[in-house]
Amino acid sequence: MITGTPKPIEEIMAMVEPYDNIIVAGCFGCVTVCRVGGDKEVQVLASTLRLAREAQGKKIEIREVCLERQCDPEYLEVMRPYVEDHQAVLSIACGAGIQFLAEKFTITPVLPGINTGFLGVTERQGEWAERCQGCGDCVLHLTGGICPVTRCAKSIFHGPCGGSVSGKCEVSKDVACGWQLIIDRLKALDQMENYGKLKPYKGWDSSRDGGPRRIIREDMI
Amino acid sequence: MKSGSNLERVLAAGHFSVTAECGPPRGADPNVVLEKAAFVKGNVDACNVTDNQTSVVRMSSLAGCVLVKQSGVEPLIQMVVRDRNRIALQSDLLGAAALGIRNLLCLSGDHQKFGDDPQAKNVFDIDSMQLIHLAKTMRDDGVFPSGDKLEGAPKFYIGCAVNPFADPYEIRVARLKLKMEAGADFVQTQCIYNMETFNRYMEDARKQGLHEQIKILAGVTPLKSAGMAKFMNRMVAGIDIPEAVIKRIADEPKEKQAAKGIEICIEQINELKEMEGIAGVHVMAIEWEEKLAEIIGGAGLLPRPDVEQ
Repeated sequence: MITGTPKPIEEIMAMVEPYDNIIVAGCFGCVTVCRVGGDKEVQVLASTLRLAREAQGKKIEIREVCLERQCDPEYLEVMRPYVEDHQAVLSIACGAGIQFLAEKFTITPVLPGINTGFLGVTERQGEWAERCQGCGDCVLHLTGGICPVTRCAKSIFHGPCGGSVSGKCEVSKDVACGWQLIIDRLKALDQMENYGKLKPYKGWDSSRDGGPRRIIREDMI
Repeated sequence: MKSGSNLERVLAAGHFSVTAECGPPRGADPNVVLEKAAFVKGNVDACNVTDNQTSVVRMSSLAGCVLVKQSGVEPLIQMVVRDRNRIALQSDLLGAAALGIRNLLCLSGDHQKFGDDPQAKNVFDIDSMQLIHLAKTMRDDGVFPSGDKLEGAPKFYIGCAVNPFADPYEIRVARLKLKMEAGADFVQTQCIYNMETFNRYMEDARKQGLHEQIKILAGVTPLKSAGMAKFMNRMVAGIDIPEAVIKRIADEPKEKQAAKGIEICIEQINELKEMEGIAGVHVMAIEWEEKLAEIIGGAGLLPRPDVEQ
C-alpha cells in the first residue's frame, strides 16, 4: 500500500489560516489501511481544527467527506456538486489522490494534510516498512524476493558493501542490511549461483528518471 | 602495460609496492595538498587522493590528484558512485586521463548520512562493480558503454577496494573475484588490524588463485592512541580492531601511545610482506602523513624502486 504520516497540526493550521469554510476529504484506499487518511481520521482532524480555531476566536466551517478513492475520477465526481461552495479542500489522501483532486477541481485550492511516504507493508500494528520503489524493472526472482533497490541504502546490485556488519546497514543499527537478507534467502533457496554474476547497468528510464510515467493498456481502453 | 602507470610497472616488475593516501582539504587552499604530497614524495609508488570520504565535502579528488602530480608524486584517483551518475563518471574518467592520471580506485562511497549534508540526494546510478566494468570497457575497447567510439581511450590501472572484515564473511572472497572479473587489476583492502581474519581471507583467496590474477595491496592505518582505536572500533562500520591490539597501545603512557601505534604498524607490514599473495601495502596514515617515511622506511621498503617505462 501507499503509506503516509499526518502533517503536524501547526502546519495544517497555517495552511487553512486564510479560510473559514473548507472540506476535509479522506480516502477509503491505502490511507485508510495505514490509518492516516480514512473517515475516522477525517473526523478527528476536522474536530481538532474546529476546536483550535474556536480557541483562536476564528470559527471554521468544515464539511467532512471520505471518498471511495481519490485516485479514480468517478469517485471524485461525488464532490463536484458542492466543492465550489467551499474555499479550499484539505485532502488526507496520498499525493496521487491530492493531485488528482486538484486536477479535477481547478478553481478550488487543494491542501495536503498528510506527507505521503512509500510503497510498503504493515510489519506489525502501527509499524510500516518500505518494500518497493516502483522502479519499473523487477528483479526479485534473482534476489530471493528481496529488492536491492529498496532494501539497500545505496541501491547497489552487487552487495553488500563494506559497511555491512552483523546484518545491519552502515546507515543505522536499526536498519537491516538488504544484501545480508538477500544472501540469507538465496542460501535458503539454494540459489547462490545468482550472486556471483556481474549484472548489467540498471536502466533507470523505467523508473522516475525517465520522467513522469504512464501505463497504457490497449486491451482495457 | 594497461596504463603504464608507475604503480603498474612496480607491481609488474615483481616489487612489493607501497601506496599511501592524501585527504584533500576542507577548502580551496592548494598548499594543504602540496604539504601532504611533500611528506608522501619518494616514499610511495602512487598516492591515493580520496573522494569526499565519509561524505564530508572536500576539494575534489581530481583537483587533488593534479596538485599531487605537480608535486612529483604519482596520483591515484578515488572515484565514488555516490555523487555522480554514469554521465558524470565517464566524463570525469576522460578528464582525469587527459590530465595524466593513470591509476583509478572505484568505490561505492560512504552513505551521505555520515557527512555534513545528510539531507543530500545520493546517486548510485551504477555501483562500484559496474564502474570497474565501465572503466575497463573504455580502456580496453576504446568505446563508451553506449558503444560509441572514444576519441582517445582513458588508460587507467584499475583498482577496487574490499573489506575482508565486513559481513557476511562467506561472500567476501566471492566479491573480490567478481570485482576482478569486472576488470580490477589491483585491490586495496580496508585497514587490517585483525590479522587472524585477514589470514583466513587470504587463504580463501589463494584457494581460488585470486592472488595470481589480481594484485592485492593490504591496507594498514597506524593508530595514534588507544582512544582513536576505540573510537574507530565503535564508530566505523566494518573496522575490526582486536582487544589485544588496543591493549598494547593502552598499556603505554599517553605520550608513548603514538610511537607504539607506529611500531605495531611496522610489525604488521613486515608480517604482510611475508604473506603469500600480498603484492604491496596501502598505508593510510590519516592526517598523519608526516609519519609515512618513518613507517615505510621502518618496514625496510625505502627507497622505492625506479622501474623504467
